Amino acid sequence: MSKEPVAVTGIGQTKHVAARRDVSIAGLVREAAIRALADAELTWADIDAVVIGKAPDFFEGVMMPELYLADALGAVGKPMLRVHTAGSVGGSTALVAANLVAARVHGTVLTLAFEKQSESNAMWGLSLPIPFQQPLLAGAGGFFAPHVRAYMRRSGAPDTIGSLVAYKDRRNALKNPYAHLHEHDITLEKVLASPMLWDPIRYSETCPSSDGACAMVLTDRAGAARAPRPPAWLLGGAMRSEPTLFAGKDFVSPQAGKDCAADVYRQAGIADPRRDIDAVEMYVPFSWYEPMWLENLGFAAEGEGWKLTESGVTALDGDLPVNMSGGVLSTNPIGASGMIRFAEAALQVRGQAGEHQVDGARRVLGHAYGGGSQFFSMWLVGSAPPGS
Amino acid sequence: MPEVLSAPLVLEFPFTRSLGPVQSAFLTGLRERVVLGVRTTDGRVLVPPVEYDPVTAEEIHDLVEVAPTGTVTTWAWNHAPRRGQPLATPFAWVLVRLDGADTALLHALDAPGPDAVRTGMRVRVRWAEERTGAITDIACFEPHDGEPAQPGDSTGAFADPLRGIVAPARLDYTYSPGRAQTAYIGALSARRIVGERCPSCRKVYVPPRGACPTCGLATAEQVEVGPRGTVTTFCIVNIKAKNLDIEVPYVYAHIALDGADLALHARIGGIPYDRVRMGLRVEPVWTEGARYPDHYRPTSEPDADYETYKELL
Repeated sequence: MSKEPVAVTGIGQTKHVAARRDVSIAGLVREAAIRALADAELTWADIDAVVIGKAPDFFEGVMMPELYLADALGAVGKPMLRVHTAGSVGGSTALVAANLVAARVHGTVLTLAFEKQSESNAMWGLSLPIPFQQPLLAGAGGFFAPHVRAYMRRSGAPDTIGSLVAYKDRRNALKNPYAHLHEHDITLEKVLASPMLWDPIRYSETCPSSDGACAMVLTDRAGAARAPRPPAWLLGGAMRSEPTLFAGKDFVSPQAGKDCAADVYRQAGIADPRRDIDAVEMYVPFSWYEPMWLENLGFAAEGEGWKLTESGVTALDGDLPVNMSGGVLSTNPIGASGMIRFAEAALQVRGQAGEHQVDGARRVLGHAYGGGSQFFSMWLVGSAPPGS
Repeated sequence: MPEVLSAPLVLEFPFTRSLGPVQSAFLTGLRERVVLGVRTTDGRVLVPPVEYDPVTAEEIHDLVEVAPTGTVTTWAWNHAPRRGQPLATPFAWVLVRLDGADTALLHALDAPGPDAVRTGMRVRVRWAEERTGAITDIACFEPHDGEPAQPGDSTGAFADPLRGIVAPARLDYTYSPGRAQTAYIGALSARRIVGERCPSCRKVYVPPRGACPTCGLATAEQVEVGPRGTVTTFCIVNIKAKNLDIEVPYVYAHIALDGADLALHARIGGIPYDRVRMGLRVEPVWTEGARYPDHYRPTSEPDADYETYKELL
């Protein structure tokens, strides 16, 4: 029996900011969920199950927050699942929800991911003092910066590529009312002159710390037929994982990322991603990851990804726009960041992306990764149902 | 086999909570000796109050005051109170349905022993002398023989309402690094760097984890590596981390020790930070009494050729 086609008919997110002191965690997730239901013109009674994701519990210090959020998400008396795959969780949460629809377990599923970073300190959460280990590491930037240097050496990319990405993404964010950073006076010169935090990563090439939530309504063919606005159709979705550290691990272009993309392309019948995909919303917490992921996802040959960035191909008006929303570089509620990527891909193929809409976007890839480049999740969504 | 190491690991953090309208009123009320519930769509009063109706999922904010007296609906005796619990002497954990409420609140009951506690017994709030807007503003409950108290008529509007609280969390672990790391740490005290080889893929892991993450097999064969190695990649850290006592800038490097199949991470010293480069040959610098090499410094060897370490990046 073939799978049920899965459609995205509702999308909602909060205006992402550094600190939402006016709402509880429940109030925050509620806001995104209400907006997704309104977009789909559905009520709580129309939802069969809720699938929620967030990053490690240490990031807010609430153990199993999904239990206390059942009321806020209308999940009482319904199945509620939590997904947990570090930074990629927003993506894998959406895929778990999609699989429930594809398998005909449920007709309509609400999926949601969130983070309220202001209630904790992620740098603390990522640098816990483990006995007998030499304390050395300074947060995620210190972890990823050596891999960026390895990419620069391997590809011969000019030093300025990271700043070009950051400048582009922050400019895109100005067109997205939900983005956290709206740096109206940003210039490339300012990015290039920003201080080195973890050389070769500059301050302006790093993501902010945000409070925010993102929600989507996923439904079957019957649900899509009743939807008030054009749906986004799931054409392919996959997850892959690998150990954080192992002999032979390629941190610049992890095998799990390549395998995940290949699985998505196979499902969707994509022969040449560079030709067949119109835009990409990818998880780029440090700007150099744009060229790195362009190669890992098959949009460029190894060592060539930076050329797409440098020549403007990845700009909003380029041939392959990347991170139209402003990306993780402009908005980073960690647990939600993956789902915001997936939601942006869906907004684009629905023609609902507003000022950052890519004209004629028919097939768009959403991508997330997490942990020490050990979890990958991706989906390809289209404006037409699968097989059409 | 030497004894496996273990040590206490305490994780604590002062998490902050933005309260939202309902919890703000509830906790501010406690500060003012008022217990508030919320009325649901079907007319029940939930204490403690919630922001969303558990039945209809609608947003609810009709706050009503309930009495400081109530009835125990169930209980459990706590014969050995732990750090941070409401009372230092043995007490009963109780669920109390306050007069005027339809649901029960979890708290502590001060009682001489389990024989003095029963389901259905009447209790009243004992307020803390100093109240800040926290559940601990109710110091505990105590037995109550009198009439039910009459609730006031607060609807949750207070001067100077509380918007947020600090919720300190603390986790106490006994951490053990396990057999393989214990052996590794033991060898370091003799200034030897000893990894373990996978019996299947033959890769040498330093530090060893006791199993090969690729093959899933336990490792046992010990292999001394280094002490010299090659800087495969690095970053220059310019921002000081809160819990890290290292002067910035410093170089955080991945070092492939000679004979190891995976780079380990260490600091580079003995060379200006802006002269560190990929391929630099380094050796450990030991300090008296330290568990680890303090840092690695350049040897006098020429740099390693990129081809010799690019697979270890």
